[in-house]
Amino acid sequence: MRAQSKHQLTSQRFFHDVLPTIIFLLPGFGLFFLFMLGPMGYSLRMSFYNWNLANPEMSTWVGFDNYIKALNDPVFRHAVLNTLIYTIITVSVQMVLGLCVAVLLNQQIRGRAFFRVSYYFPVITSWVIVSVLFEYLFNGQVGLVNYVLKDVLHITTTNLRWFIDDRLFFVPMTLLAIWKGVGWTTIIYLAGLQAIPAELYEAATVDGANGWQRFRFITLPLLRTTLVYLLIVLVIGGLNAYVSFFLITNGGNPLDRTHSILTWMYKVTFLKRDFGYGAAISYWLTLFVFLISLLQLKLLQKTADY
Amino acid sequence: MRKFFSNGWTYFFLLIGLAVVWLPLWYMLATSFKTQSAIFEVPPRLWPNPFTIQNYVDVLTTNHFDRYFFNSVKVAAGTVTLTLLVSSMLAYVFARVKFRGRDTLFSILLLGMMVPPVMLIIPQFIVASWLSLFNNHWGLILVYTTMNISMQTFLLRGVFELVPRDLEEAAFIDGADSWTVFLRIILPLSKPGLAVVIINSFLYSWEEFAWAQILIREESLRTLPIAIANYQGEHLTEWGHVFAATMIALIPVILIYLIFQRNFVQGIATTGLKG
Repeated sequence: MRAQSKHQLTSQRFFHDVLPTIIFLLPGFGLFFLFMLGPMGYSLRMSFYNWNLANPEMSTWVGFDNYIKALNDPVFRHAVLNTLIYTIITVSVQMVLGLCVAVLLNQQIRGRAFFRVSYYFPVITSWVIVSVLFEYLFNGQVGLVNYVLKDVLHITTTNLRWFIDDRLFFVPMTLLAIWKGVGWTTIIYLAGLQAIPAELYEAATVDGANGWQRFRFITLPLLRTTLVYLLIVLVIGGLNAYVSFFLITNGGNPLDRTHSILTWMYKVTFLKRDFGYGAAISYWLTLFVFLISLLQLKLLQKTADY
Repeated sequence: MRKFFSNGWTYFFLLIGLAVVWLPLWYMLATSFKTQSAIFEVPPRLWPNPFTIQNYVDVLTTNHFDRYFFNSVKVAAGTVTLTLLVSSMLAYVFARVKFRGRDTLFSILLLGMMVPPVMLIIPQFIVASWLSLFNNHWGLILVYTTMNISMQTFLLRGVFELVPRDLEEAAFIDGADSWTVFLRIILPLSKPGLAVVIINSFLYSWEEFAWAQILIREESLRTLPIAIANYQGEHLTEWGHVFAATMIALIPVILIYLIFQRNFVQGIATTGLKG
């Protein structure tokens, strides 16, 4: 194509350069517009209407009412609180634990590959499978966790009902996300750690720096990009928590105390049939995610200056 | 050289981690071989006794998990093929063809990486209904491909840019067209990158739950994630069956993971795709 671009014959240019390019772009952008951009626009439009699914023309314009409705909706507010707590716990634990595992695995030890493969394993099991598994482990009657707490450690005298209580349910929900996620965080950290030149550590050792000092003054500063990247991706993932909440508590009928933002959006949309309100909730979330992405760019720019 | 802990402590911590990772998985595997009465035993056993494969037989014969498995294979095959084709074509243009507005177009495409998938479910559902894709595997394949396009194109563009340009320039001088260059030069020289795309799109399709749950209401068309979730909901206490179904769903993932282990880690590390 580059070689041909010097030709001035327009028809030849069209068939040789322009047409193939269009053919190459068409399927991808066709799908992208049909199932990504189109839906985004359509959803934005819906969020400003009291949407009538059967007769979209009959929908009534309500301006920002759906967005304001969310702010005054106690269930939505509680879902936001749940999602934030879940995100803060899962992100911070994964960041710290992942770094510990990565530092351990970055040493020259036997069986490194085995450990790495093992630790990554929970990541490839799906959210559905991990949710079902933890529902079993934390099950009221037959769960392994209750057995250990009650019959082995004697911490409680009764079986705890992990998924009913709107505070207790954070324990299995966050543990399953951490269990599933740490392997991924570790791999990202490892990539970052391996980019740090070994000479830096050697020089520091010669200068008499101990393990902690090397970690604090070489590893941490040079991992900044990785840290920022992980923080953002994990936060976005946490805010989008859906499958585990949906499968395990589904908001906790009938009180709706254990929703995540997205399970509440699902219920509002597909069970209460309030499509406009559901769309507004998803746009609140998108706005949040977008702001966090901007923050990422800012932080990364700072890193570049550093 | 890169030592922060002594070997003893390193192994101590790593083995604790290993136990935490493997115990739930092992327990799941063990439960899938337990009889229904053994599941309610106190204390629970970590080794199934009596050992039975009845759960697997039941799940495959009377509960139609063979059908769900086949549905998942079909959808995954479609998604992987289409993602591979569509993303590599896009990536080729973004890596090699210069035209005005190319960077803008690429930025628009990258928007797709920022959008939370669940947010799109409502309007995607409406689009799918227009196109009569409700209860149709094509509805899954097309949406899964779309959700993968941005990330995989981004990844492949990076891979294609590493292919030396001399080869294609020689081919162009010999009169080859872009299609030939794409098929005969770019793709064969990018196999490791293509493997990563195959893994990513396969896993996405194999595990996806939210969209499939909305689109597929017909029982015989269910894919494995919906089948497992619904099965667990309907047969609350039959954990042996639930985990037999789960293990069946995990087998292809484990196989692919072990075969492509190297590409896996590379792909994750270079693209940062969230599992």
